[in-house]
Amino acid sequence: MSNQTEQNRSLYGILAEFRNPKELTDAARLVVKSGYSKFDTFSPFPIHGMDKAMNLKKSKLGWIVLGHGLLGFSGAIAMMYFMSVLDYPINISGKPFFNAPAWVPITFELTVLLSAFGAVFGMFFLNGLPKLHNPLFSVERFKKATDDGFFVCIEAEDTQFEESAVKKLLQDAGATHIEEVYDEE
Amino acid sequence: MSKYQYVPEPALVKGNHDFGSLTRLVTDINLRPTPKAWYLAMIAANGLLFVMLGAIAYLIWEGTGIWGLNNPVGWGWAIINFVWWVGIGHAGTLISAILFLFRQDWRTAINRFAEAMTIFAVMCAGVFPAIHVGRIWAIYWVFPIPNQMQMWPNFNSPLLWDVFAVSTYFTVSLLFWYVGLVPDLATIRDRATDKIRKYAYGIFSLGWTGSNRHWWNYEKAYMILAGLATPLVLSVHTIVSFDFAVSMIPGWHTTIFPPYFVAGAIFSGFAMVLTLMIIARKIYGMKDIMTDDHMEKMNIVIMVTGSMVGFAYIMEFFIAWYSGVEYEKAIFLLRATGPYAWAYWTMMACNVFSPQFFWFKKLRRSVGFTFFISIVVNIGMWFERFVITVTSLANDYLPSSWDYYSPTIWDILTYVGTFGLFFTMFLAFLRFLPMIALAEIKAVIPQADPHNYDEENKEFQAPQVKVPKPQVEKV
Repeated sequence: MSNQTEQNRSLYGILAEFRNPKELTDAARLVVKSGYSKFDTFSPFPIHGMDKAMNLKKSKLGWIVLGHGLLGFSGAIAMMYFMSVLDYPINISGKPFFNAPAWVPITFELTVLLSAFGAVFGMFFLNGLPKLHNPLFSVERFKKATDDGFFVCIEAEDTQFEESAVKKLLQDAGATHIEEVYDEE
Repeated sequence: MSKYQYVPEPALVKGNHDFGSLTRLVTDINLRPTPKAWYLAMIAANGLLFVMLGAIAYLIWEGTGIWGLNNPVGWGWAIINFVWWVGIGHAGTLISAILFLFRQDWRTAINRFAEAMTIFAVMCAGVFPAIHVGRIWAIYWVFPIPNQMQMWPNFNSPLLWDVFAVSTYFTVSLLFWYVGLVPDLATIRDRATDKIRKYAYGIFSLGWTGSNRHWWNYEKAYMILAGLATPLVLSVHTIVSFDFAVSMIPGWHTTIFPPYFVAGAIFSGFAMVLTLMIIARKIYGMKDIMTDDHMEKMNIVIMVTGSMVGFAYIMEFFIAWYSGVEYEKAIFLLRATGPYAWAYWTMMACNVFSPQFFWFKKLRRSVGFTFFISIVVNIGMWFERFVITVTSLANDYLPSSWDYYSPTIWDILTYVGTFGLFFTMFLAFLRFLPMIALAEIKAVIPQADPHNYDEENKEFQAPQVKVPKPQVEKV
């Protein structure tokens, strides 16, 4: 907000807009090369090759899903074993109480169900969502990030952050618009 | 001119669209004031919904005696409609999961739409098993909750497998759909000008910014979900077919049922997507995104799965004869020539003969003809469920108990009423949610690929079609 006093505004980062996916990828490469690590790029869709340009590590999501899948698998078998073998075994036309082949469908379904929970909620967890307050939302121009805008934001938390150097770097990278982002206290 | 001319793939999005124009094309529908025709359609759909609710209320009041069930046909319209609606749903997951894994980029135009259809179709399907138990207050017995005698459900029963299969299917489809929606809800949030929309879309988009660190996990999650949904969609109809195949009734006890049910489900599902797509793209002016090329590709899927279904029909006959089982032979002869021959031949005409027209390119690309066939296929698949369910039960081992099954008005009203539920949900979807997967459709236009930009001035260059040089053999 423009009429707020300086004291309750702290610099969150420098936001720069670029024209297209190509410029954004090149800018990301340049930012990584210059040694910044606390930065992010924003685009309305995932850009092919951006992970390499930003030097992103492999997602940990696979392990989360594997854990959940194993939980679903063992949970399903444990549930059926407890219910039809231990707690209240019922003789149904002479079938064994521990009837493994008949349990395949439910074991499969619960493995898939828990894995899907792991994939979706794990992804939200890794991304830190839901996060309804974000300093970037106070920038009017940033609304284009979900439409047709391509942005880089270098955060003030970065150890080598220095306002003028960052601005120069982004200018050299070909940014069409550079703006400071403030976090309101 | 070489004999093997290289023909480039047609562009997935027609017209001169860029990122901004795609955003406007799709989200303006949600941001504009509600059109009057939408209210009229909603009123009609709600009317049908009340028909369904009325029929269900009377059923709970009076019991399943109001249906045309008799002895030995204890499975009537409720099961037919359940299997039919679940089958309709399958195309959505197929389009969003299997085609995603196969890198079929054309799916992006229709996947949101088809997934919504899946979810609403599974809702309609779920109505039937819930109400067909007669004593609806004991429906919790199908869940792993102990009843008043401290007994647990029977895990050896295919009907219980159904409970897990369909509820897992519904949950995973819903999650898949929602994950896909989050970035697009953020787009509407950022374009909305009024407070209510800003808050509502803001909450459901969870604070999505389009960060590429997020996209990285997001794409991984989407791929894993697609990988999970692929065996899931095949398993659901396989398990539904187990309801039949695991029993000993002649005509049901066959190993061909799982693949045959899955093929039929995809067949009818694609037909329903086409029916809805052809109407929606006309009303909402989406012809640039849902193009005739998409329609043609879907028609090819219908032709292939229709032929698979036809093959299964013929195979059933062959196996009935080849197995030498008297009951099996008799039931198949009865199906084709007996009291239900009218249903059998309707099924054959709709499912086996009608999709064969799609061998002709002209017919595959004709909007009117496709619309007609898509409805014919859905009618045909309903009759397939009817033939399977009713003919086998009506004529089982004991001729003294044979009887002719016919539905009552309550059967019909319940079925017709589920269309009210389906269209109410679908109209709400068209009004409030982006009907095109916006982030995905942006990613498949050529401007999205950094490789299509000039290295020097970083301006967009239309991708050059590389024509492979013909190999000239040296003599």
